Amino acid sequence: MAGKTLYDKLWDMHEVKRRDDGSSLIYIDRQILHEVTSPQAFEGLRLAGRKPWRVDANIATPDHNVPTTQDRQSGVAAIADETSRIQVQTLDENCDEFGIVEFKMNDPRQGIVHVVGPEQGATLPGMTVVCGDSHTSTHGAFGALAHGIGTSEVEHVLATQCLVAKKMKNMQVRVEGELPLGVSAKDIVLAVIGRIGTAGGTGHALEFAGSAIRGLSMEGRMTLCNMAIEAGARVGMVAVDEKTIDYVKGRPYAPQGADWDKAVAQWRELVSDADAGFDTVVELKAEEIRPQVTWGTSPEMVLPVDERVPDPASESDPVKRDSIVRALKYMGLAANQPIGEIKVDRVFIGSCTNSRIEDLRAAAEVAKGRKVAASVKQALVVPGSGLVKEQAEKEGLDRIFIEAGFEWREPGCSMCLAMNPDRLESGEHCASTSNRNFEGRQGAGGRTHLVSPAMAAAAAVAGRFVDVRQLLQA
Amino acid sequence: MKAFTQHTGLVAPLDRANVDTDQIIPKQFLKSIKRTGFGPNLFDEWRYLDVGQPGQDCSARPLNTGFVLNLPRYQGASVLLARENFGCGSSREHAPWALDEYGFRTVIAPSFADIFFNNSFKNGLLPIILPEAEVDELFRQCESTEGYRLTVDLAAQTVTRPDGKALSFEIDPFRKHCLLNGLDDIGLTLRDADAIRVFEEKHRQASPWLFGAIK
Repeated sequence: MAGKTLYDKLWDMHEVKRRDDGSSLIYIDRQILHEVTSPQAFEGLRLAGRKPWRVDANIATPDHNVPTTQDRQSGVAAIADETSRIQVQTLDENCDEFGIVEFKMNDPRQGIVHVVGPEQGATLPGMTVVCGDSHTSTHGAFGALAHGIGTSEVEHVLATQCLVAKKMKNMQVRVEGELPLGVSAKDIVLAVIGRIGTAGGTGHALEFAGSAIRGLSMEGRMTLCNMAIEAGARVGMVAVDEKTIDYVKGRPYAPQGADWDKAVAQWRELVSDADAGFDTVVELKAEEIRPQVTWGTSPEMVLPVDERVPDPASESDPVKRDSIVRALKYMGLAANQPIGEIKVDRVFIGSCTNSRIEDLRAAAEVAKGRKVAASVKQALVVPGSGLVKEQAEKEGLDRIFIEAGFEWREPGCSMCLAMNPDRLESGEHCASTSNRNFEGRQGAGGRTHLVSPAMAAAAAVAGRFVDVRQLLQA
Repeated sequence: MKAFTQHTGLVAPLDRANVDTDQIIPKQFLKSIKRTGFGPNLFDEWRYLDVGQPGQDCSARPLNTGFVLNLPRYQGASVLLARENFGCGSSREHAPWALDEYGFRTVIAPSFADIFFNNSFKNGLLPIILPEAEVDELFRQCESTEGYRLTVDLAAQTVTRPDGKALSFEIDPFRKHCLLNGLDDIGLTLRDADAIRVFEEKHRQASPWLFGAIK
């Protein structure tokens, strides 16, 4: 009999019941809540007279709407946008009413759900983790089964501690070799999406494997799994190894004492067996990956920085050709334009993809001793959590950014989706470390280019996209 | 949940691939704490020429008259014809809420993003997957025939064209059952409450650190 994949093992550990119709009930160990996708779920619970099945499985923090400016110190009541304020207040009230632990806006532990969970040890290997946010795939970096759900399912998990699910197919993305200087986890995942497309992983649980993946830090693995959803895969995963265990050890909600030893023994099994079969396998060579920049309005519209924007005339598929024409028009770009000629108006370093300490270090390394170009209107650095911010300040990264001309902000989702006041004006180009370059994502009419933190910092100092490898060698 | 059995309706063709949830319902409308009120802002950035704000009266806003849903011939459409990977992007259930409230009962496409697909079933909105060639043909027929209508029969799993040709589609039996009967998922799962408790106890024995840590 063939061995099991990591996904098979996680599924088997959590299958409560298989129903006659082929669907299963899957037990959920952890739900993370935020202000945008939970209010209707709590309302549904109240209307049906139901209570949370297991309060201690839930943890909450507001992130999407919170302002990132200093004036938020005066509290939720000071959020200028009324609808944002009500949403954050509603999360506070719901958590208080149901007794759910919440890191409120000015708690130092507050931050982006996908940064906070792992940082607190609320995300552990072997768990099932859900959240009403598609980037929940991030938590799979710990050898957990994690995916985004809609609001009805948030309510379902609150009420039953389970989800109704059908097993997905297994996909493996293998990246072997050593990453070149200046090439990061973000470049790997953008290159993968460029290869398989935004629907390439649909219906699959995607495991990243290979020596280049094992070589990544936990922060890098989180970046990778975070964007599995941009390849269409709801679930991204990396097998457990010593780095996983070292990262988790000593975190506030991690097991301790005898439980720790027992947990570690269990976690070491969370790897795909050598003889496990995958439905789909994709292979990349790390040495061939160059720093990536998206040029269009879908994450699959991506190229290495030293290439040129595509020409729709050379695309034979009419639907694809039409997409390229539409994307070029929206982005204000010409066919065959070198990516290095695209000027940037704003720079955003942050989001659940790239706002962890390692991301800030990589950006600071490039920014150090340099200045944001005069043509750049704004360059924002938004740490992923209050604790990331504290750590960065301890290391003096805030000084490096501020001296270079970046703004140093309070934690939140910020300009990744512009639900708070941080946003692009129509027509502006942004070098962004976030995850989606959809039309209007960072503000109506805004033009997003997805890049790594080092590439974003390089674009900030040059005022256009440049190959960060040249700056790092200089 | 609203049941779905059979539906005949006017078809609107949205001829672009990878329509994402930010397009279906832009982020500023996600600040609502309600489940309703999203219909007027469906495809907001394509439908209107100005930038929409939550709580605004949309009837006075300038329309993008070239956008397909604004064309007179597609007024009252309840069947949305779409291209591959419809609903990609975020997990926002506001996307099916907005489609439903606008008046769509079903979306037909060659493929859907997983989370959107799943969310649709929870809201009585039926996503139907048909082979690309059949979808291509529906686009051709719909664009060349004013008043083009399709009939969807969930029990029979068919989409019937005006020329009488029935196209069959696959659907998961559990989802079909829930949708046909308008069943509440949570109520169904709670029928298995005992099985969940038994599992939970076994799980607690095997991995006690997963319980009671967050207080």
